[in-house]
Amino acid sequence: MEIVYVYTKKRSEFGRQCNFSDRPAELHVDILPDPSLAANFIDKDPCDVSIQCTQEMSEHEVNTESFEYETCGINHVEGGWPKDVNPQEMEQTIRYRKKVEKDENYVNTIMQLGSHMEHCIRQNNAIDIYQEYFEEEEVAEEMDEQPSAKTINVFRDPNEIKRTATSLSWHPDGNRKLAVAYSSLVFQKATKDMSYDSYIWDIENPNKPEMTLKPVSPLVCLEYNPKDSHILVAGSYNGQITYWDTRKGSQPVETSTIEHSHRDPVYKVIWLQSKTGTDFFSASTDGQVLWWDIRKMSEPTERLVLDPSKKGSLDNALGAISLEFETTMPTKFMVGTEQGLVVSCNRKAKTPAEKIVCTYSGHHGPIYALQRNPFFPKNFLTVADWTARIWSEDIRESSIMWTKYHMAYLSDGCWSPVRPSVFFTVKMDGTLDVWDFLFKQNDPTLSLKVCDEALSSMRVQDNGRFLGCGSQLGTATLLEISSGLCTLQKNEKALATAMFERETKREKILEARHREMRLKERSRSEQSKEDETKEGEGEESVEELVAHAEREFFEIVEAEMKKWVKDEKQKQDLEKEKGVCEEKEP
Amino acid sequence: MAKVEETLKRIQSQKGVQGIIIVNAEGIPIKTTMDNSSTVQYAGLIHQLMMKARSTVRDLDPQNDLTFLRVRSKKNEIMIAPDKDYFLIVIQNPTE
Repeated sequence: MEIVYVYTKKRSEFGRQCNFSDRPAELHVDILPDPSLAANFIDKDPCDVSIQCTQEMSEHEVNTESFEYETCGINHVEGGWPKDVNPQEMEQTIRYRKKVEKDENYVNTIMQLGSHMEHCIRQNNAIDIYQEYFEEEEVAEEMDEQPSAKTINVFRDPNEIKRTATSLSWHPDGNRKLAVAYSSLVFQKATKDMSYDSYIWDIENPNKPEMTLKPVSPLVCLEYNPKDSHILVAGSYNGQITYWDTRKGSQPVETSTIEHSHRDPVYKVIWLQSKTGTDFFSASTDGQVLWWDIRKMSEPTERLVLDPSKKGSLDNALGAISLEFETTMPTKFMVGTEQGLVVSCNRKAKTPAEKIVCTYSGHHGPIYALQRNPFFPKNFLTVADWTARIWSEDIRESSIMWTKYHMAYLSDGCWSPVRPSVFFTVKMDGTLDVWDFLFKQNDPTLSLKVCDEALSSMRVQDNGRFLGCGSQLGTATLLEISSGLCTLQKNEKALATAMFERETKREKILEARHREMRLKERSRSEQSKEDETKEGEGEESVEELVAHAEREFFEIVEAEMKKWVKDEKQKQDLEKEKGVCEEKEP
Repeated sequence: MAKVEETLKRIQSQKGVQGIIIVNAEGIPIKTTMDNSSTVQYAGLIHQLMMKARSTVRDLDPQNDLTFLRVRSKKNEIMIAPDKDYFLIVIQNPTE
């Protein structure tokens, strides 16, 4: 639609000034609304309209012309010669120089500078001011910090009814996860509401466990497979062994059959060193040690009854509470029993009778922890009753070193994997003790109260820096110990070796002495029996008395001679025994 | 002038001194005991360094002024004694 407005002006009036005049408003165009056009549009309801209630701002860009520059060096060839002197010409330069030299100012300046300079030159010649003193001496890093430990995280049992954290196992790769087994070891305390679950915790997140393991019966002990970090094997309260694959979920992959499992709670499971990485063995208080292969959980591959009389009868058997296996010595293993004996066994023996090599006695109660020193495998640590003892394999009669008797029962312990002289123990009063016997032997180097209730288990990480303790109310505490306690000190290995050897020697001497004394006792008791019969013939004549005295004298000599012969025989026997023992322990 | 010669000779006779250069304010080597090319090089480079050092000292404290500059390197030590119009450069090999 075109709107046109026509405006006319006479030609003769062009160029004239404008005479403005008022005029009332005139309506030129009136476009009425045309409802038919509305059909071209659609009502939009609702309308999205955005409103902004901010300051209005505008953006401008400014760009200056780029300034180009380049770096280049200057080759200073010849100094700032005055204009009239041509630097190339020798004559001119010499003349100029001579002129300068004649200048008085020059002379004075040089005299002054010269004396100053001489002083410094002489200084240089006198002594080397930059000499490095004490170049060869190494700075001895004396870490005088107090040994300390601090709690990093606390993982509480999420269930209402708290169970004891009976066992902990660190994830083999990277130690980011901690698997904790929960169960109630008090006889018949388990109520129906008590949950059977055990958890795997991520150490960064103490609020919620990363994974739950749901067994058929509460787990007493559990272990990660050091070769395959997804596999965990656990021993449960009813004697069965179960294993999990963390990739497959919370349900166990397989459980051993009840008939072939243990009859009592399984207290310890340890993975063995094998090509397939699927072998492990378990111990329980029913007196058996069973070997299993994960691929065939229906029955154990091997069985050993801990019968000290070597007859293999379960009635005589000692209940096993802890196991020890060192991958560097795959044919030997040790079992700690409820009765306080440590039984050392040989895996490769042909008959079950030969399996049990020897026993070590000395503890008064069940041996809760048993571990070889990772640096000195001949020495092992046992934690039981109120003491912790260190033993040497060669000395059967007693331990070579032991702690004093504490006020509370010791419930678990282990060596530090980085320092040969450091070990940890936890007690029933909730304290964690760190012992460093190269530093102090009477008391723990560090004693820390972790919680108010009893601590039931502990495990140190492979780096020796972190350790986890489990308590009776199901709280697992993660502690970090100070660097002084987890870095190898210089000479530590040598000192520890010397200490162990010294103690072993002392015990050997004591043992030999005891043997001697026992022999003397025996022969003396025989002697006294003979004496009694002779005393009947009392008062007689002098001759007879003399004869009597002579007889007595000769008898004593005879007895001494006999004893001497016996001693020699004993010594020979001892040596033969030692020879046999050494053969048995390769 | 004889005194100047005497002084320089004395300095030259000190143990370890490898060379002496006297440079004026414009960077022209007036007197030298070394060959021309190294003299020119030393004069030019050290002149710049000396200017920078002096300006640094004066910037930090206007009342202060540079009295001596020692540059110790692995092989030798360059000692520069500045003045208003001239400066004296001595290269010494400090004996151990």
